[in-house]
Amino acid sequence: MTSQAPTHHHILPFRTYMLVTAGLLILTAITVGISYMDFGVFNLLVAMAVAVGKAALVALFFMHLKYDNKIYLMVFMVALLTLGVLIFLTLADTMTRGDIDIEETGPINPRAAMYLKDTTSAATPDSLVEGRADTAAVDTTSISPGEE
Amino acid sequence: MSTLEKAIADTNYLKDPPGIKNWLFTLDHKRIGVLYLYGIMASFLLGGIFAMLLRLELLSPDQVIVDADTYNQFFTLHGAVMIFLFIIPSIPAALGNFVLPLMIGAKDVAFPRLNLASWYIYVAGAIICLYSIVAGGADTGWTFYTPYSTQTSTAVISLTFGAFVLGFSSIFTGINFIATIHKLRAPGMSWFKMPLMVWALYATSIIQVMATPVLGITLVLLIVERAFGIGIFDPAMGGDPVLYQHFFWFYSHPAVYIMILPAMGIISELISTFSHKKIFGYKMIAFSSLGIAFVSFLVWGHHMFVSGQSELAAMVFSFLTFFVGIPSGIKVFNWVATMYKGSIELKTPMLYALSFLFLFTIGGFTGIVLGSLAVDVHLHDTYFIVAHFHYVMMGGTVMAFLGGLHYWWPKMWGRMYSEFWAKISLALIFIGFNATFFTQFIMGSQGMPRRYATYVDTYHRLHAFSTYGSWVLGLGFVVMAVYLIHSLFKGSKAPANPWRSLTMEWETTSPPITHNFDRPMVLEHGPYDYDVIDPKRRLEDHKREVSK
Amino acid sequence: MSTESTDKHLDFLEHHFSTPQQQAESAKLGMWVFLLTEILLFGGLFLAYAVYRSWHPEMFYNAHLFLDRELGTFNTVVLIISSLTMALAIRSMQLGKRKQTIWMLVATLALAAVFLVVKYFEYSHKIHLGQLPGKFYTFDGIEGNNPHVFFSVYFLMTGLHGIHVIGGMFAIGWVLRRTIRNDFSSAYYTPIEMTGLYWHLVDLVWIFLFPLFYLIG
Repeated sequence: MTSQAPTHHHILPFRTYMLVTAGLLILTAITVGISYMDFGVFNLLVAMAVAVGKAALVALFFMHLKYDNKIYLMVFMVALLTLGVLIFLTLADTMTRGDIDIEETGPINPRAAMYLKDTTSAATPDSLVEGRADTAAVDTTSISPGEE
Repeated sequence: MSTLEKAIADTNYLKDPPGIKNWLFTLDHKRIGVLYLYGIMASFLLGGIFAMLLRLELLSPDQVIVDADTYNQFFTLHGAVMIFLFIIPSIPAALGNFVLPLMIGAKDVAFPRLNLASWYIYVAGAIICLYSIVAGGADTGWTFYTPYSTQTSTAVISLTFGAFVLGFSSIFTGINFIATIHKLRAPGMSWFKMPLMVWALYATSIIQVMATPVLGITLVLLIVERAFGIGIFDPAMGGDPVLYQHFFWFYSHPAVYIMILPAMGIISELISTFSHKKIFGYKMIAFSSLGIAFVSFLVWGHHMFVSGQSELAAMVFSFLTFFVGIPSGIKVFNWVATMYKGSIELKTPMLYALSFLFLFTIGGFTGIVLGSLAVDVHLHDTYFIVAHFHYVMMGGTVMAFLGGLHYWWPKMWGRMYSEFWAKISLALIFIGFNATFFTQFIMGSQGMPRRYATYVDTYHRLHAFSTYGSWVLGLGFVVMAVYLIHSLFKGSKAPANPWRSLTMEWETTSPPITHNFDRPMVLEHGPYDYDVIDPKRRLEDHKREVSK
Repeated sequence: MSTESTDKHLDFLEHHFSTPQQQAESAKLGMWVFLLTEILLFGGLFLAYAVYRSWHPEMFYNAHLFLDRELGTFNTVVLIISSLTMALAIRSMQLGKRKQTIWMLVATLALAAVFLVVKYFEYSHKIHLGQLPGKFYTFDGIEGNNPHVFFSVYFLMTGLHGIHVIGGMFAIGWVLRRTIRNDFSSAYYTPIEMTGLYWHLVDLVWIFLFPLFYLIG
């Protein structure tokens, strides 16, 4: 008859739950305590490390991930990984905006039409094309010494 | 024998248990699939009408039927209806619901009540979305970009809230399929004995559950921003509109793969079945589905090259985008290799599969073009983009959906459709589609911007040609609607396995009995073991003829 | 186990599953996938937090000084204890101790209510001072750029978390009712287990919200 009962039962001893809770409370005290200290840029890192420790205790013991089929742990990790990708790639944008300043870096192609400021007659597309052809040779000579 | 057949005919899922109430409260995955099919077909019709009106407006450079504001509302509704109400649920929720348990030999999906709930949530979301038409019609485009979407006076909230609700429907389907595929496969069906459609649905479900919540929170933020002015996306209050685009595309780029992956699954089934040949590179096709799912989360920034995101991010996203080409290429090559030296039967579903191959390849290659940073700056927001995603979404997903619909039509309804009219309709759709959208590649590369109701005379001939193409396309769909509906009443009775396919759904009757199979299913042969089974079948056929 | 009780216990088995174990594992997998969607739902807000904190680190520091660190710590402890009582509720049912399960669920529910009450006082204090999101922000006295953004993110994240606490209370109330109705036994307690997983996730989110808002060093 025991075969009828679900076999995934894993009953943790009462002591384990108490120890985990004690651990969580101690880590809470630590994280509050160290928030009064200054580690400079590592402040966030330390706070997050403690939080990850607490989260691991909850996930592994209260949520039974340590004892269950590892597929659940995988689902959990996939969620965290995806979240990491979302935050990392977005910060890759927001933290580096304006890093390449067009005024400070040199033109990739100095002969490109947009840099030919002395051609003032760029009123119609036709004249722009002509202007580009005319001034190209002149500009090469004037810019190239500076580039070398 | 005939009494048995009659008994089976009365116990099929369409009739047992009878009555509209039993349909509306059904927990049967097949009925829920059919309910979804009704929903998405209605949405497709609605979205199609909007598309036709858009093309009609663009027939000549000046105003034809509507003014610019109405035009904006039309393309917004066309996009939102087609994406949120039609394409995303089309293959997974309608066809997938119907065939997934059958394909793995299960009696139902893992959570039937959740399945029914997802359909009701879909209907509720659809009603909320469509309410926006009466409430003034949103005009933001289906992407709801801020800051315009928080400032326009049109009904943005109802459309976004509808999309938010639809997201739950999508998540529920995804959760259901993942649990079903993990836990309910028939004995003997190991992971690498699953049909590739199941692999594709698995990869799709993973994306659905991982990406959709981010859309949910995005739309919540947008609604809160619009209703209460919290300033998260408002530059005047220190917010960042580009952040909205990150949020949005983190969902919506993977969503593109929610649309295309199940289509690829259908194509794998069709090509192997109608080539009567073992699929080439089974494991590579299976893994490439997961590969696409993985890469899909790394490339969203390629929608934002000209948005003002940082140059570094743009370069990283452009670089990563090229990786999408690898798993897609693996699939295309494997399909072609499957056909090589197969005994190809050019039945309608196979013709759809071939159309898919042709159109998806064009769509895919132009995607690579657009993923290149510098080229995209020129082509961004032109008809080139419009043509590209219609080649992928319509030429890819819709073609595969139609192929799958024709392939499983006999299983769904127990009736065969007219092969002749099906081919006529396919020819019209194929020609009409290319006329409509290939023209748009040309217009786009010449600089015609998207989302304008009027345009300069230079593009007149191309726009007119595109509109004529859309009429041919529309005619093709009308023909299809007529012969499919006709087949429901007058079509010849379908045998259990009209295509001589080897996957499990063909081992039950057409249409299936209420509990799917008359016996507990056990895997007897792989889904594509045509090299083993076909010779045996031919031998049996031969013996039968000799004995006659 | 007697035959009689086995028959009773198999009432819960739905027709499309072949064994109770298959049913329980399906439910658990489905629940974990649902938790994954929850993590990513909150994830979007964590992203907003990361972006704005990286842009305005000083403002975040200055604004966080106006959150009540003691109440935050108190609430953290409350949620940790409630997670413990939830876990013990499941353990009791695994051992077949129905009475104990009921008491543990009641305790969890009470602690959740305490959390919300404390949150209510925190919120009303901020509303009183005008430390509110976006255009409602009227407080004067936080240095740095756009301090209202801090409160936008604060109210969004703690608000969404609060909604989840309320949702969790409904779920706990529901399994409490079913436990009282004697629906569960040591052979079948899946709904309690699922509710427990959900409740622990609510705790997990708070474990991160607490240092990110109350303890910016």
